[in-house]
Amino acid sequence: MFNVANACATGATALRTAIMAIRAGECDTGLAVGVEKLSGAGLLAGGSRKEDAANWTPSGRYGAIAAIDGRVGTETMPGVFAQIGMEYGHRYGGTSFELFARISEKNHAHSTLNPLAAYSKRFTLEEIMGDLMIAYPNTRPMCSANCDGAAAAVVVSGAKLKTLSLEQQRRAVKVSASVLTSDPWEEGCQVLPNVNTLTRNAASQAYELAGVGPEDLDLVELHDCFATAELVHYDNLGLCPEGGAVDFFQSGATWRDGSTPVNVSGGLESKGHPIAATGIANIWEVATHLRGEAGDRQIEGATVGLAHVIGLGSACGVHILERSAA
Amino acid sequence: MGDGTVPLVDYLVLGDTPHLEVAECVACGAHYFDRRNACAACSGTEFTTVALPAEGELKTFTIVAFAAPGVPVPFVAGVVDLGGTSVRANVINVEPDADHVTLGMKVRLATYSMGTDEAGTEAVGFGFEPLS
Ligand SMILES: [Zn+2]
Repeated sequence: MFNVANACATGATALRTAIMAIRAGECDTGLAVGVEKLSGAGLLAGGSRKEDAANWTPSGRYGAIAAIDGRVGTETMPGVFAQIGMEYGHRYGGTSFELFARISEKNHAHSTLNPLAAYSKRFTLEEIMGDLMIAYPNTRPMCSANCDGAAAAVVVSGAKLKTLSLEQQRRAVKVSASVLTSDPWEEGCQVLPNVNTLTRNAASQAYELAGVGPEDLDLVELHDCFATAELVHYDNLGLCPEGGAVDFFQSGATWRDGSTPVNVSGGLESKGHPIAATGIANIWEVATHLRGEAGDRQIEGATVGLAHVIGLGSACGVHILERSAA
Repeated sequence: MGDGTVPLVDYLVLGDTPHLEVAECVACGAHYFDRRNACAACSGTEFTTVALPAEGELKTFTIVAFAAPGVPVPFVAGVVDLGGTSVRANVINVEPDADHVTLGMKVRLATYSMGTDEAGTEAVGFGFEPLS
């Protein structure tokens, strides 16, 4: 039994821990469980600001004489990830409030087919843009849905699988790649978290291990903790040419009837983001499509899928799953 | 602190020409706003103090409308590129909306008073304001 905590990458880390134990020959069956009780937890970062002290006294890493959240930028997640999406727009152009809102519109449309989603109501573009602004350009429905949740995955060795029933073998899904990366130091990475480089590194390792490329993916569940984050990960996961995420999204590619369906579960914005469960819930979503058991939201004939999470600090988990040959 | 003022953070240098300063790794040139025993980029252990330019470009921003209790909103948070060094800061002296704050806009360092404590010391904060 291992208890792991790795921010939003917790579930992926738990799954990878079980996979590594099997690969190491320590056991032939593992169970990875992610559970979160999150309802009402609020912003999760940037704690309440207290009254300033009676005397200015420098403290902490920066010798700050008062709380810096809100005075030296923002520490809240909606604001941090807003900047991550806006930075992409600064580098490559083409982003706008409406573009980011349209990404959210897609995921909320997708979740209408998912009975397990936190929100299963479709939002119009106008409703999304007109909702409560949290951190421009992210309005409330463009942020992950805070909710409780749990997910689990059983992993077995190839030898163990052969001892199971034919039905279990048929439903089994192959883990073709299980990768967890950390971010190297780069200019600015301690000023604004860099979620790009470690995702690019994880994706390229995973494609190499699995022997598949982004063009082979039938569906992708990626870490859309905010609408602004989804855009950058199209590029980071190599789903589009470098700098091409805006055109890629506008082509319709990431809608469920597009060439690379992304977040057909509704994603974190609509299915919900029970933090420790997220990195296994996305595995379950992909596996359910590969088994042909996704009901109304089934991506027909899905044979290869990718699940991605980011935990700030930072860790990136990428798993590539393939339909069983059995 | 001798002149009765204290900066919000150590890396804000007050005086006639307020500016930000960083610890620069002698071996690889990486910049840090806090004290380091060793460089996260190259493991070097020698650092010098370097002043950053006061003018730069806003490379990303958000307008925070919903923050933790006690944090006044709305405010503009962003990252400013000061000659190749990224700096986290608020954008100040501007209307906090997307008509007035734009990606790539030129900004310069500006300081403001945060008030005076019981000992009579004035705290000085900083942000970046539009150049024009
Ligand atoms: Zn160095």
